[in-house]
Amino acid sequence: MQFAMAFKIIGVLLILFSSAMLPSLLLSVISQDGIESAFAIGFGATLAAGILLWLPNRLHRRDLNIRDGFLVTALFWIVLGLFGAIPLWITPQLNLSPVAAIFESISGLTTTGATVITGLDALPQSLLLYRQLLQWLGGIGIIVLAVAILPMLGIGGMQLYRAESAGPSKDRKLTPRITSTAKALFGIYLLLTVACALSYFAAGMSPFDALCHAFSTVAIGGFSTHDASLGHYDEHAILLVSSLFMLFSAINFGLHFVALQRRTARVYARDSETAFFITVITLATVVTCSLLLTTETLGLEDSLIHGFFQTVSIATTTGFTTQDFSIWPLFLPILLLMLSFMGGCVGSTGGGMKAMRILLIFRQGVRELRQLLHPNAVIPLKLDARRVQTEVISAVWSFFAVYMFCFVMIWLALLATNLDFISAFSAVVATMNNLGPGLGEVSGDYGSVSEVGKLLLCLAMLMGRLEVFTLLVLFTPAFWRH
Amino acid sequence: MKIIILGAGQVGGTLAEHLADEQNDITVVDERAATLKRLQERLDIRTVLGNGAHPSTLMSAGANDADMLIAVTDSDEINMLACSVAFTLFRTPTKISRVRSTDYLSEHAALFKSGAIPVDVIIGPEQLVTRNIEQLIANPGSLQVLDFADGRIRLVAVKAVAGGPIVGRELQEIREHMPRVDTRVAAIFRRLGDPIIPEGSTVVEPDDEVFFIAAREHIRDVTAELRDVDKPYHRIMIAGGGNIGATLAGRLEKQYQVKVIERSYDRCRTLSDLLEGSIVLHGSGNEPMLLRQENIENTDVFCALTDNDESNIMMSMLAKRLGAKKVITLITNSAYADLIGEEIDIAISPQQITISSLLAHVRRGDISAVHSLRRGAAEAIELTAHGDARSSKVVGQRLDALKLPSSVTVGAILRGDDVLIAHSNVVVEANDHVILFLTDRTQISAVEKLFAVGFGFI
Repeated sequence: MQFAMAFKIIGVLLILFSSAMLPSLLLSVISQDGIESAFAIGFGATLAAGILLWLPNRLHRRDLNIRDGFLVTALFWIVLGLFGAIPLWITPQLNLSPVAAIFESISGLTTTGATVITGLDALPQSLLLYRQLLQWLGGIGIIVLAVAILPMLGIGGMQLYRAESAGPSKDRKLTPRITSTAKALFGIYLLLTVACALSYFAAGMSPFDALCHAFSTVAIGGFSTHDASLGHYDEHAILLVSSLFMLFSAINFGLHFVALQRRTARVYARDSETAFFITVITLATVVTCSLLLTTETLGLEDSLIHGFFQTVSIATTTGFTTQDFSIWPLFLPILLLMLSFMGGCVGSTGGGMKAMRILLIFRQGVRELRQLLHPNAVIPLKLDARRVQTEVISAVWSFFAVYMFCFVMIWLALLATNLDFISAFSAVVATMNNLGPGLGEVSGDYGSVSEVGKLLLCLAMLMGRLEVFTLLVLFTPAFWRH
Repeated sequence: MKIIILGAGQVGGTLAEHLADEQNDITVVDERAATLKRLQERLDIRTVLGNGAHPSTLMSAGANDADMLIAVTDSDEINMLACSVAFTLFRTPTKISRVRSTDYLSEHAALFKSGAIPVDVIIGPEQLVTRNIEQLIANPGSLQVLDFADGRIRLVAVKAVAGGPIVGRELQEIREHMPRVDTRVAAIFRRLGDPIIPEGSTVVEPDDEVFFIAAREHIRDVTAELRDVDKPYHRIMIAGGGNIGATLAGRLEKQYQVKVIERSYDRCRTLSDLLEGSIVLHGSGNEPMLLRQENIENTDVFCALTDNDESNIMMSMLAKRLGAKKVITLITNSAYADLIGEEIDIAISPQQITISSLLAHVRRGDISAVHSLRRGAAEAIELTAHGDARSSKVVGQRLDALKLPSSVTVGAILRGDDVLIAHSNVVVEANDHVILFLTDRTQISAVEKLFAVGFGFI
């Protein structure tokens, strides 16, 4: 373990992160909304902490090993979550407790989109921009985490995506390849954001709202600048633009990269994970729309538009809402919450367990059935015409088991804080899958959840975002032993 | 023609036998003295002991003035290298090589050309056998399916079964049964006695092996005249996942439900990676438990394709007893081919198929396809008629006026893109491709003489 290296990196990250408060500070000064001190203090504290961590360790120059990788990855979200909470906590209008501020900050950085703040429409623009920016920055972190780091750490079958050229070196190191990969992915992320903002603007949003919503759409976050979320807008065009970009952002960014490089859309069709993801979304949309129609919850046009939008929003774990979907026939909200367990594709900004893992589990089931019919058959589990190693499958299975176990544990703990059954259930689903809105008490905001409950949900958000194992491994004694 | 054959194995030996009969100067090269000796005692050929790829060996085999080199040793590498040496040192005009490995074959367009490995003709026995079996499966009821004119005309062998509309009747009734379908029965082989060159009044008897020629789309109708046509096949079981089994499964799995049985677990894993739709079973084709478990009684075709003749024969008989509708068995040892009884529907001989394909390239003149039939006794050939009415004994003649040996029938004529089934009133034109059926192979030289262009043409 090399704490010096880990501290140095976290220091650098904090210094970089402090700049996230500058746009809001600027906006606050220009519009004179009276909260510039909150951002100034936040900026100062973050920068100072960053420099304090970086300065003494700046001369360390060693490659990170796998353990440092776990530590830095986990600390990234925890430390940034804490410092990101500072401006929210200080702002007097919000009147947030430290725990509530941390909840909001972590919800932003993990792109969950669960909020404790009400009356968004009345808040100063600088504060709104800050929340959206938190999600957008979280999104970048997730992409790099998902495409470059998790495969290398080999979490939950992610070694499938490990770069082939890693070589047989014994202690796998985080190579400089990450830098170039991350740059390319950041480019795509930026491109999507710009395209999304322009589309929103063209569809009728104000420039400020267009930018803010683009941030949270591409990050699959779900924060909005309005209490009514996207329900604030009447234009169906906005909902369609939003759905489209949510779908885009929920597909593997590595694929986007290849598609851009080769200038062909065929890579999407040939990728079985994407095909599976789109199939599931399509089926769910058909079910949702037809149920909305047959139960006469909504009219024809509204059923189609809102059914589609809401399915995409929840299934991709974005969490934008137009309607209070918690008052739809109970089957639908539960169906959509269950879908959020799948979430997006691997290497996207989406949450949940990822379509690839669900696909592998599904195929394993089919394989098992065929094996029963042909006991002597040798049946491989294939993905994109390639055999998937048994270690990967068992890693995916244990991921599934641990994910579910953690889910149940946090749910039970939440029930112990006196939250009712359905609220507690949906709150854990919504935070662990980085979705956002839940049902019952937490269908709008999480303000009414107790302080302990909020901390538990913070844990759920981090667990979901760090793919459970990255966080849990820190709690094993062997990790800290030399 | 002076021909050097490298390798005195089954293919090399049989080929030497075929070609020596046809007045060619044959030299066989091999590293096994005993094999060469046995061959020389039997045939009128020259033999040279040595490694076929060595220049000195090739030199003493007469590569200097050889017209053709046929490399059929067991080693792909020696075969290819020998062709390369012969081309570089002796400028041998025609070089034919057997290449088994699919690795080489999948890159054949880039590899086998004069700049790289100078081989004129590549013979891939596995590919040939695979294609052969594929055809048999695509044409239910047939014993043998042979392509002419790129598959537009086919010669099909069918065993007549009592109950077929034409069985027990005269051949000329076929026209009445199926006015739309044009076909010609080329020969009938009966269990006892000589092959029959059929006429309109010939009566088809049950158990006759009938060879007929028809356009591809009419094969099924004609087969239906001779027997109750099996329904199109759906379920195929392949025992033996070697090269042939794997390639066959790969080609069939899109259209059929394919199961492959393979004994080696490692090979099973490779196969299951390779194949998309087939079910790969770990086990042996001679385990009744496994066969029953995998529904052998509902299997349409069971193919025994391991590299062991005895196993193939035994497991085929087992499969047939257990209810497989039809069995196709790979038999390398030609001595066994005569022994097999009723249980085995079709025996496939890789040598026979390889030799057919080699012969087409060896025969002089304008023969563009040769199929060796009935273990070499009979032959079907496709040759081109050249010249004009003055220089040729064939062009301008009605078919019934051709002076063909009695054991030869004309099956069909391919004129440009048209397929003409040979009826007696058809007149041969220049550049027609004529498809002939010889019940006696030794008549080949008479046929070649007939089709040769006279001096007047030159």
